[in-house]
Amino acid sequence: MTAPLVEMRNISVSFGGIKAVDNVTVDLYPGEVVGLLGHNGAGKSTLIKVLSGAYKRDGGTILINGEEVDINNPRDAKGYGIETIYQALALADNVDAASNLFLGRELMTKWGTLDDVAMEAAARKVMGRLNPNFRRFKEPAKSLSGGQRQSVAIARAILFNARILIMDEPTAALGPQETRMVADLIQELKRQGIGIFLIDHDIHTVMELCDRASVMKNGQLVGTVKVDEVTDDDILGMIILGKKPEKVA
Amino acid sequence: MATEKSLNAPGVQKEGPIRSFLRATELDTRILGMVGALLLIWCTFDILSGLVRPNDGLLGGSFLTPRNLWTLLVQTSSIAVMATGMVLVIVMRQIDLSVGSMLSMLAVAGAVVQVFQLGPWLGVGHPVIWIAGVVTCLIFGTLVGAFNGVLTAYLQIPSFIVTLGGLIAYSGIAFLLASGVTIAPMDRTFDIIGGGVPQSWLGPFWSWLLALLACGLIVLALINGRKQRRKFNFPLRPIWAEVALAAIGAVAVLGTTAVVNSYAWPFMLIKQYAQAHGVTIPPGVQNNDGDAICMAGDQVVRCTEGLIYYTGYSLPVLITLAVGAAMTFVATRTKFGRYIYAIGGNPEAAELAGINTRMVTVKVFALMGFLVGLSAIISSARLDAATNALGQSNELYVIAATVIGGTSLAGGVGTVYGALLGALLMQSIQSGMQLLNLPAAFQNIVVGTVLVLAVFVDQVYRRRVK
Repeated sequence: MTAPLVEMRNISVSFGGIKAVDNVTVDLYPGEVVGLLGHNGAGKSTLIKVLSGAYKRDGGTILINGEEVDINNPRDAKGYGIETIYQALALADNVDAASNLFLGRELMTKWGTLDDVAMEAAARKVMGRLNPNFRRFKEPAKSLSGGQRQSVAIARAILFNARILIMDEPTAALGPQETRMVADLIQELKRQGIGIFLIDHDIHTVMELCDRASVMKNGQLVGTVKVDEVTDDDILGMIILGKKPEKVA
Repeated sequence: MATEKSLNAPGVQKEGPIRSFLRATELDTRILGMVGALLLIWCTFDILSGLVRPNDGLLGGSFLTPRNLWTLLVQTSSIAVMATGMVLVIVMRQIDLSVGSMLSMLAVAGAVVQVFQLGPWLGVGHPVIWIAGVVTCLIFGTLVGAFNGVLTAYLQIPSFIVTLGGLIAYSGIAFLLASGVTIAPMDRTFDIIGGGVPQSWLGPFWSWLLALLACGLIVLALINGRKQRRKFNFPLRPIWAEVALAAIGAVAVLGTTAVVNSYAWPFMLIKQYAQAHGVTIPPGVQNNDGDAICMAGDQVVRCTEGLIYYTGYSLPVLITLAVGAAMTFVATRTKFGRYIYAIGGNPEAAELAGINTRMVTVKVFALMGFLVGLSAIISSARLDAATNALGQSNELYVIAATVIGGTSLAGGVGTVYGALLGALLMQSIQSGMQLLNLPAAFQNIVVGTVLVLAVFVDQVYRRRVK
């Protein structure tokens, strides 16, 4: 098999005296979706924020395409093609959809000024692919619905040709139809060889969308399993009891 | 103002002509409301001052006269320049309480350089002196602003505390630099920036030329915007709306120019200029209502038909307009400006999007400091002196002007032109009450009340729009 896209080896993060993430190792291959599961406070969001540069790790190494890298802030992460779609839908509420899409990577005219028209045009193109009903390009993000905001956030990730995508509960704020849309999108991204870390509470979503699942409890990794080889109950056991099913152990 | 608001209320189902006009032209209704309030205040003061003492104002008072409006613009300059920077600070969810003390400190520093250091050394009137005064204020201001920014962004001290400390400390430094005395007079060339001498007045010809240039730019901007949108097949405004926008812009520019071009030089200055340059003064009949000068026998007197010079735009007003245009450009057309608004809307999202929010914070405070330096130059040049009390409580007027101009203290929302209008509105109220001979204490009460009222009206408006 090809080299892993991402390897996070022996990652530890502490907040004061509490070990939020304790010696956790996970990996991700191109075109693969790895689910991260666990209770609230299990440490999955913290682990993934180390990869996206929002938190600093206290120990461990991160390898991308087999090479050790140093990620200290979100700008570093973006430099390695890591894009994150956050649970809290990280949009600036007061600026419009097109500006949010390009936030931090604006298109400029030849005079060095913002090229709003070109950005709006690109936004219309990418959103047309993703959510054809979307029309509200000039309105502040706060007037958008949860699903519309989510499509803006996802569009932002694909617009910049992410190689590694982190999705933190991408469907939490969405209705059934919009959830379906996100599922289709994930399949499409997989075909393009993008590796996806998917954080979710919902076991069914994970079983349906993921190739492998890593389960965390109390900051530690319970285990990583292939979803084809386990049942919902096996995973539930891992989440609640912190016990890896014997047949795959 | 009230009618405008009710007409724009979302509850109105049928679209009236005003509503469809506003929608097609995409004009900011809140700014229109402010312009309406401003005109209402102007008319009220003109009528009231007319009741006290009839004059040749538009409505019989002394407010809507070229002299008062011209002076109003000059008086607004210093606060307005700082308010354009305060918009960005407040939009970014920060505050700068130190601008008043900083203005005193910078003005005194610039004056010390001119009067105590370079004056005796190079000789009074040397061209290096005024340049050194200007550069001192601007560079010192930028550095002090950046210092405020570094304390806020990198040491994580709330900007309220950092600049409250600055408010107290900088006025102390100003006192020490000035040794507690008034430093005067400033360099003659430096004084031109204050707008009090004939060399700082553009005169009618250049004022009209500038106005035509501005009108041309407005039309060009509209055409260019339309061309860009057509290129990408975006919805376009109807042609009549574009024409209406151009017409509104042109009327505003030409109207302002007509007003400043009908304000004559003071009597004494015309006389001095004519005598100094050997201009012959025509004979005429004395009339103390006139602004021109005549020879009645061998006496120079006021008259209606005679030698007259008009001021046109004065330098501080031009500086303010240029700063307003530049800051609008920064806020809306540059990455830096976009980041400021994004940080104000959601600081976390901005950081996660890869924006170096700390650096942006430092730059915004440095820019604020630069503008305080500019205001310090205007204020001290206008007064022809610098004291450690020059900028006292200016921070409150600057913040009030910014907030009246529609900038939300919650961050993320605010416009530069709104702040300029806010500054003009504040100054209008103050100078209007001076015309009515109301005591200073009463002026403070009214200005404070207007601030609170303006924010209340704005809140009500925002809720109704939602």
